[in-house]
Amino acid sequence: MEQMALFDASPRWTVTTLTRHLRQLLEADPDLQGIWVEGEISNLSRPASGHVYFTLKDAGASLRCVMWKTEAARVRLALQEGMAIEVHGSLGIYEVAGQYQLYADSIRPLGEGALFQEFLRLKALLEAEGLFDPARKRAIPAVPKRIGIVTSPTGAALRDILNTLRRRMPLADVVLASSPVQGAEAPLKLVEALRSLNRVVRPEVILLARGGGSIEDLWAFNDERLVRAVCESQAPVITGVGHETDFTLADFAADLRAPTPTAAAELATAITVLELQQGLVERSQILTGSMEALFERNRTMLEGLQSGLRLSSPQRRVQTERQRVDEMSRRGNAAQVHRLELAGAHLVGLENRLMALSPLAVLKRGYAVVTKNKRVIARKSQVQDGDALRVRLQDGDFGARVTGKG
Amino acid sequence: MAKSETKPVESLKYEEAFAELEKIVATLESGERPLDESMRLFERGQALTKRCSELLDKAELKVKELTGEELTDFEENQ
Repeated sequence: MEQMALFDASPRWTVTTLTRHLRQLLEADPDLQGIWVEGEISNLSRPASGHVYFTLKDAGASLRCVMWKTEAARVRLALQEGMAIEVHGSLGIYEVAGQYQLYADSIRPLGEGALFQEFLRLKALLEAEGLFDPARKRAIPAVPKRIGIVTSPTGAALRDILNTLRRRMPLADVVLASSPVQGAEAPLKLVEALRSLNRVVRPEVILLARGGGSIEDLWAFNDERLVRAVCESQAPVITGVGHETDFTLADFAADLRAPTPTAAAELATAITVLELQQGLVERSQILTGSMEALFERNRTMLEGLQSGLRLSSPQRRVQTERQRVDEMSRRGNAAQVHRLELAGAHLVGLENRLMALSPLAVLKRGYAVVTKNKRVIARKSQVQDGDALRVRLQDGDFGARVTGKG
Repeated sequence: MAKSETKPVESLKYEEAFAELEKIVATLESGERPLDESMRLFERGQALTKRCSELLDKAELKVKELTGEELTDFEENQ
């Protein structure tokens, strides 16, 4: 019988290889990795290491759970014995102790899962309606003159927002429409605050804010009525609800979602007072610059005019004219001389011809011209005794009187 | 433009003063105005710059609370 065992084909393990095999089986099973397990806390222990150990149990069984320090630090819930919770994590085996356990990475109160399902259902519904459409998002003015705030009047959110606005854009006028931000009446009060801000104050942007809290604390911001009021707001809405990791439906409906109230105030003041001051300095430089350029342009223009003026001064014109006259007279003279020569020759010819016809030429030969009252006397009948006559000879004339006509 | 130009600089709000300053800068940059008018605009621009700068320096956030239809001063840390 002893010998039979030598030929036995049964698998053989060491404790270590067996445990490792089991661990690999668990870790390879997708139904055991990244899961939610619900139960009540017992045997809660928080040693100095910062890791958290507890047992999750219900009526029928119990499950060892461990949560490492890093994940434990992110749990906002104050864990207590007997608390009903949902633990998210993956199953594994602690080999040294031969203990299978849930390595937890987050914890939420029981019931939150149901809330989250409701959140997803409503989100899908409103999304299908187009309320979260990016095309609906309106631009936030860079320098809003009037900023509306909807939040609790006593919360840290308001303090953070006011401090941020005061630091970044103290020129702004701020109007708070206060409202409770959690509890049963919160959604309707928030809606009212949004509406009356839009109706009475007409701000250029509205900050809808709340400090951090559990999913139940933030639940008012998932209310369908508030989501619709955000969409209907005339002024663009910036949400700053909870912490960076919290997303509410109001966030999806907002024109801009900020991770925190402080960030919302920063997004509402894209341009700070510092940048306005810089802008002012720039304008002032442009002002001086363009004035200098204007002076420079005018100076250049003036210089141009001055040299133009010199060119067209009367002195200069007189000089020019004089030169022109000289030039003309020089050229004119030549022509004139030529013309005169021609005219001269012509004249001599005419004179000769005239001379030939002149009675004076006859007088040269000893004839006389006798006139009475400047009329030439050619016949005896033209005169009477006693008439006064003029007698013209070649070198002059003299008077005469008619006698002895007979 | 002519309307706000006649307003004394001291009575202007920041937005008004800055808007007028912007117009003046644009006008001067275009360089189309006669010298004397440009000089006048320049001086006005300088006064506006000073006004804006003063308003920025002494600006204090004004916080009101809306209750119903009514605006009242909001007391912080109450």
